Amino acid sequence: MDIIIILLDWIPYLFLGLLQTLGLVLASLAVGLIFGLPMALGQIYGNRLIKSVISVYVWFFRGLPVIVLLFLFFFGIFPSLNMSSVPPFVVAVVVLGLRGAAYQSQIFRGAIQSISEGQMTAARSLGMTRFQAIRHVILPQALRIALPGWSNEYPTVLTDTAICYAIGVQELLTRATYMVAQTYITMPIYLAIAGVYILLNYAGMKALNMLEKKTSIPGFGQGAL
Amino acid sequence: MDTFVFLTTILLPALFDGLIVTLELIATAAPFGLLAGIGVAVGRTYGSRWISLPLRGYVAFIKGCPLLLLLFILYFGLPSIGIRLSPFLASVIGFIFCNSAYNSEYIRGALLSVKEGQMIAAQALGMSRWQSIRYIILPQALRRAIPGMTNEFIYLIKYSSLAFMITAVELTGAGKLVATKYFLFNETFVVIAIVYLFLVTVTTVAANMLEKKFAVPT
Amino acid sequence: MGADKYILRVEDIHKAYGDREVLKGVSFNVRKGETKVFIGPSGTGKSTLLRCINQLTLPDQGRVFLNDEEVTNSGTRINYFRQKIGMVFQNFYLFDHLTAVRNVEVALLKVKKMDAAAAREKALEELRRVGMEDWADHYPAELSGGQAQRVSIARALAMDPDVILFDEPTSALDPELTREVLEVMKNLARQGMTMLVVTHEMGFALSVANEVLFMEHGKVVERGTPAQLLNDPAFTRTKNFIGKFRDYNEE
Repeated sequence: MDIIIILLDWIPYLFLGLLQTLGLVLASLAVGLIFGLPMALGQIYGNRLIKSVISVYVWFFRGLPVIVLLFLFFFGIFPSLNMSSVPPFVVAVVVLGLRGAAYQSQIFRGAIQSISEGQMTAARSLGMTRFQAIRHVILPQALRIALPGWSNEYPTVLTDTAICYAIGVQELLTRATYMVAQTYITMPIYLAIAGVYILLNYAGMKALNMLEKKTSIPGFGQGAL
Repeated sequence: MDTFVFLTTILLPALFDGLIVTLELIATAAPFGLLAGIGVAVGRTYGSRWISLPLRGYVAFIKGCPLLLLLFILYFGLPSIGIRLSPFLASVIGFIFCNSAYNSEYIRGALLSVKEGQMIAAQALGMSRWQSIRYIILPQALRRAIPGMTNEFIYLIKYSSLAFMITAVELTGAGKLVATKYFLFNETFVVIAIVYLFLVTVTTVAANMLEKKFAVPT
Repeated sequence: MGADKYILRVEDIHKAYGDREVLKGVSFNVRKGETKVFIGPSGTGKSTLLRCINQLTLPDQGRVFLNDEEVTNSGTRINYFRQKIGMVFQNFYLFDHLTAVRNVEVALLKVKKMDAAAAREKALEELRRVGMEDWADHYPAELSGGQAQRVSIARALAMDPDVILFDEPTSALDPELTREVLEVMKNLARQGMTMLVVTHEMGFALSVANEVLFMEHGKVVERGTPAQLLNDPAFTRTKNFIGKFRDYNEE
């Protein structure tokens, strides 16, 4: 019983960690989306230079462990740019976001390429510019096709946020570890935290599934990708 | 200190030792991750409810729990119930859990995609259910699961870096220790990045060759 | 000029893909309200010719004029010309994520910048014209091929084009559905729409066309009114081709 009372005391502390974790997830996914989508477009519609720059970017960020990227940015790049005072949380968002952009761009690229050439042809035949055709015809379809794959980014990013412990972001795992050190209670805390992650994972996937249902169109995109 | 001297006399030797540990981690975890993955997938697909349900829970737990937390549980948590693991062993076990759970998903998907007629045809030849799975279904399924499993192998290379968080000094850890001591972070992590990019790129090329080799004409 | 004014002039169009010459100099003029039908064996460049007119395919040589304005080499103004040159495709190419009515109105909203109410009204009007107003809120996947093609005709009509290009509009349809699409096209011809049609439907060609152009190996080899093609002994190749088609169709 003592354990439960102790744990209850710590709930507000852990809750702040939970908020940081959620903040990391949402901010990283958003950064990944904001950069990933234009990168996908660049890789398909861009010139040779743009295409190769993006390919190298994707290769780099997909080829490195999260922890190496975190160390590189937190101890290396940011201090070199005289930005040592940038909080770890921001560094983490930058790293997870830029890395997410690499993964997301490939999801979007696959989705865009799965759309038949005829859609662009028909749009252009009506007098749409290339940009209008992409904006009003290609993207609305591609985003729907990409959604299931994109949804899988959520659990990946969620579990990756725990690695931000390595640079001292005050997220859930960091706080749990501190709590373990203070209370000498280990297994119950770790297992409870694991439960929280699994719950977050489940809730997020449920929400994304609902979004998929809500944006689905009869007979469209089924079985694609 | 001269960067060249730092590189050649301090960093590279340290990283080499770390790289050996990284490769040992991967080489130990990968085979068990594959075997356990096959076991979990077969159990989930063909086992009774008493087998498939716990396995489903196992996969859900491993996929939902951050790998780093899993490593903490194995290394910092288990001693509280009297189980002490070395950092290396705790890491390997964590990687096997993780690798097997994800592999099992790919293999299960592949098992389900093998046409029903294959099982019927095998049993018509007098094979038992187990023999049919072992000699007819699995060989087909594993081939189809190769792209997913090679992907997981590449993840294993990258996530092996987390072993450092429970004090197993592998590639990333070795570099971090040197970088902290000499305060040369950019140089150190650029070299580490090159090593990982090399490992991942070589593995990707090898994986593509493997996929081609085992591709079944459709 | 005057009453003879051509709405569309096509001059000496050439197109090659690598070594393969698909179009070897095709020229013709179209008056307002005319229907010209292009027939001939597959692979003789008929579809490429249509695409060269609205520059979806860039010709290597030759020029196209719409109302005496040059369509070829027009830079970004091509988007203006494409509003005036409608196109209907063999595989419909309806926008798969939009309902029938939104397929028709999307270009009105985004290209012509019409306001929402006016665009919707216009879209419904065009759907009515092709007999599809009851299907306005259905998605492409919920339509039969014939229905989808009628919607795509409505989509082209909505832009108030000066001419519509039909690229084998019934080739992907079974005979039953072909009939409903041809019916719509006949009505359009009767209402004075200017149309260029690539088709294998000889009945349609002979009953609706003002002029039939028989193409072979990237060239127009014979051309004339349906009556000429059928009765004038000079038109041997066309007659031969039509005859083969008739035999084939009757089998």
